[in-house]
Amino acid sequence: MRAAVVVFPGSNCDRDCQVAITQATGASVDMVWHQETVLPDRLDLVVLPGGFAHGDYLRCGAMAALSPIMGAVRDAAARGVAVAGICNGFQVLCEAGMLPGALLRNRDLKYVCKRVELDVVNAQTRFTAAFKETRTAWMTVGNGEGNYFADEATLDRLEGEGQVVFRYRDNPNGSARDIAGIIDASGNVLGMMPHPDRAFEPALGSADGAKVFQSVLTGLLEAA
Amino acid sequence: MTSIPVPGLAGALESGLKPEEYALIVQRLNREPNAVELGLFSVMWSEHCSYKSSRRHLRAFPTHGKVVIQGPGENAGVVDIGDGQACVFKMESHNHPSFIEPYQGAATGVGGIMRDVFTMGARPIALLNALRFGDPADPRTRRLVSGVVSGIGGYGNCVGVPTVGGEVNFHRGYNGNILVNAMCVGLAQTDRIFYSAAPGPNLPVVYFGSKTGRDGIHGATMASAEFDAESEAKRPTVQVGDPFAEKLLIEATLELMASGAVAAIQDMGAAGLTSSSVEMAGKGGVGLELNLDRVPQREAGMSAYEMMLSESQERMLAILVPGREADAQAIFTRWGLDAAVIGRTTETGRIVLTHGGEVVCDLPLAPLTEDAPLYDRPHTAPVLRPRLDVADLSPPADWGQTLLTLIASPDLASRRWIYEQYDRHVMADSLEESDTGADAAVVRVHGTTKAVALTCDCTPRYVAADPYQGGMQAVAEAWRNLCAVGATPLAITDNLNFGNPEKPEIMGQIVAAIAGMSQACRALDFPVVSGNVSLYNETDGEAIPPTPVVGGVGLLADAARRAGYGRLKPGQSLVLLGESRGEIGASLYLREILGREDGAPPPVDLEAERAAGVLVRDLIGAGLTACVHDLSDGGLAIAAVEMALASRVGLGLAAPEGVSALGYLFGEDQGRYLLACDDVEAVRARAAAAGVACAMVGEAGGERVRAAGLFDLPLDRLREAHESWLPAYMSGAAA
Repeated sequence: MRAAVVVFPGSNCDRDCQVAITQATGASVDMVWHQETVLPDRLDLVVLPGGFAHGDYLRCGAMAALSPIMGAVRDAAARGVAVAGICNGFQVLCEAGMLPGALLRNRDLKYVCKRVELDVVNAQTRFTAAFKETRTAWMTVGNGEGNYFADEATLDRLEGEGQVVFRYRDNPNGSARDIAGIIDASGNVLGMMPHPDRAFEPALGSADGAKVFQSVLTGLLEAA
Repeated sequence: MTSIPVPGLAGALESGLKPEEYALIVQRLNREPNAVELGLFSVMWSEHCSYKSSRRHLRAFPTHGKVVIQGPGENAGVVDIGDGQACVFKMESHNHPSFIEPYQGAATGVGGIMRDVFTMGARPIALLNALRFGDPADPRTRRLVSGVVSGIGGYGNCVGVPTVGGEVNFHRGYNGNILVNAMCVGLAQTDRIFYSAAPGPNLPVVYFGSKTGRDGIHGATMASAEFDAESEAKRPTVQVGDPFAEKLLIEATLELMASGAVAAIQDMGAAGLTSSSVEMAGKGGVGLELNLDRVPQREAGMSAYEMMLSESQERMLAILVPGREADAQAIFTRWGLDAAVIGRTTETGRIVLTHGGEVVCDLPLAPLTEDAPLYDRPHTAPVLRPRLDVADLSPPADWGQTLLTLIASPDLASRRWIYEQYDRHVMADSLEESDTGADAAVVRVHGTTKAVALTCDCTPRYVAADPYQGGMQAVAEAWRNLCAVGATPLAITDNLNFGNPEKPEIMGQIVAAIAGMSQACRALDFPVVSGNVSLYNETDGEAIPPTPVVGGVGLLADAARRAGYGRLKPGQSLVLLGESRGEIGASLYLREILGREDGAPPPVDLEAERAAGVLVRDLIGAGLTACVHDLSDGGLAIAAVEMALASRVGLGLAAPEGVSALGYLFGEDQGRYLLACDDVEAVRARAAAAGVACAMVGEAGGERVRAAGLFDLPLDRLREAHESWLPAYMSGAAA
């Protein structure tokens, strides 16, 4: 498997994603600077990492969504490459219009960092197949703007089409319908606020996050 | 120098200098300084930059040891952690600005301490903070807690360095002067440590980072003065932080260092461009010429004085290897940073500044640094309080209610409301952090099986009662907290917070506390490698409780062999290590339950401390225990409750035998640990061999915390009391 992590100025989970992907799947991971316009060849997974791209100034993800590399990310998703946005990466994907909805300030207006238990609502996606048995996962969140919002019709559609993939058991930020992660209609693009890149081995309190990356790998092997 | 006025003595007094200090300047220069030059003297000779009151006494600290690579005097201390790796760390206060403007004060405190660490070539890997607030009932406290916590989080979270630990106290003694002490720990290669001394003349001096603005002018001077009713007017001297700029600065600085272009480097912290340039040239024994017209400026029309005294954040000064200017510029461009070569080093031993084509400052460097005043201020020995005998106190009528009150008291209540606002997991190496129930944070050394253990500690009520014993205790507690997770303590950084040193009784506290700390550092092989002194923490003549905070760093050779206090398992035996005499003086019980703050603090026996700590590490290393908690505030009862809550397992304490129940449960005797084990006999045997008192005091199981005949409380009820105080207080409930 071959993966790439996009690095925006202000990204701070870029290395964490690189380490987590390698440890979970053995994949080699290229780091791609946001000013590039092309992604490496024969890519299987692109991750937009957490952090504060461009300082989260203006609006979380708003400037990063206009970075030169985003055209290539969009094309990759259209070609069938798996694209995952984690935390700030999820915000970037929403701002770029690659995922519906938006991430608002948390319900109590504070940054929140804590362990969260997730229900894996849809374990038949290319990012969640490895959760088929357990249907549950422990990860951590760390964000000030993780409150997922979309209009009722969009939320109904997401739920109806199986695009809600992770739900909080104990909603930490006021997200609509307890949504922690969604995929787009093609199934190639994932956005999630919890950090699989901080839960990839037992020493970190949970290894459940590794399954997100392993799901992508397993999908590739099965397709081959 | 025609256009720069000479402000004379009146101007000197206004900028915080004393008449005798101004006379000394005139004598050294053989003329009166102009306004720019006076500005340089006023900040370089401020208490904050010169340590003029404390320097003489700080010499007592042991600063050498087999792991010490760099002791005090550089931007941060450096210790060897093996395998060619070094741990770089320091703690620094941002007390005065945080009281005036809590969000920015705390945020820039975090930013400043991080720069001290990456300036030395280390990537910051962890942040801690020691906070002291006033009485919760004081109308200002809630706003200050809220502002400081969001400032710390707002900065550290964005930069992407985890905030893994710290401590918080509330006391009316901090009503007018809160303390915000931030500690940063970084990781470097031992052969890639960077220093500030300019290596020679004729080298290019490059400025990079954010532009210089008018913020923070004279911050160092403000931090060296007392507060009064007019302090609110000092808000403009507080700097404004930009964590995004700091993140870019870290990456650019580390890349610049890796490129081999850096000959010397210094961040611009307190006293900004003045102290960074003066220190680099002074330490290198060279001179310096700077053209201020080249300094990247945020606004037009800034004077030389403003540029030299600005404390705008996120700025660095470096001396480059000649010929590498273009390589450096490419790195700055990539990270979107302003940068300019603003001058060069010279052979003159003078600092010469030009602005608008005219020389605005021409001073010999020596008087600014080496000749800064050094005071031996008069000091009186602290008045000590008599020891309290626990037998003279009547026991509480309701032990259970007493325990509930204590566990929900401001100094013991859960800090969840605070730490959940800090990103504790970024970098994915936090093994034990604020949330996981351990006496020290444990952060893995990236890519290895090693970890560093980190803590910061001080018990101000002990220091107030007896500065010498209290100073020893602060060091001993840090050492104990590191041992409690299984780490070998390596070294400390310190942050000495006191009142006005010109008062003999305050100076007496400083002298005695330093002596006590030094004694403990020596006895425990725990040298001081960096530190910061914050004096004049007074408002309207009222000083803070003496608060010498210790930041301790330890090493775990194998991170898997560590202990926490959230690992209690049903059926395990509880063992108490260390001697218990029921010391109740200056205890939390006394203050919170009886409303008394008298009595001598528990004495520190350094030999016993050492024996118990070595034993605990040995027990953890041998796999005989993985659940350890040191005994501190609130004694055995509180340690047991905290262990039970963190583990979600109940426990029962045996009835005290032949000692007072009050001393047994709430005494704060030092050098003690509570641990859980399966094989009591094996623990007993090792304790006997080590000469450490060892008693089986109970066992784990059930969903209640009990002490035979005294109390029996459900875990849920204790948890509710422990967790609810701070969120309720912060949401507006009465203190």
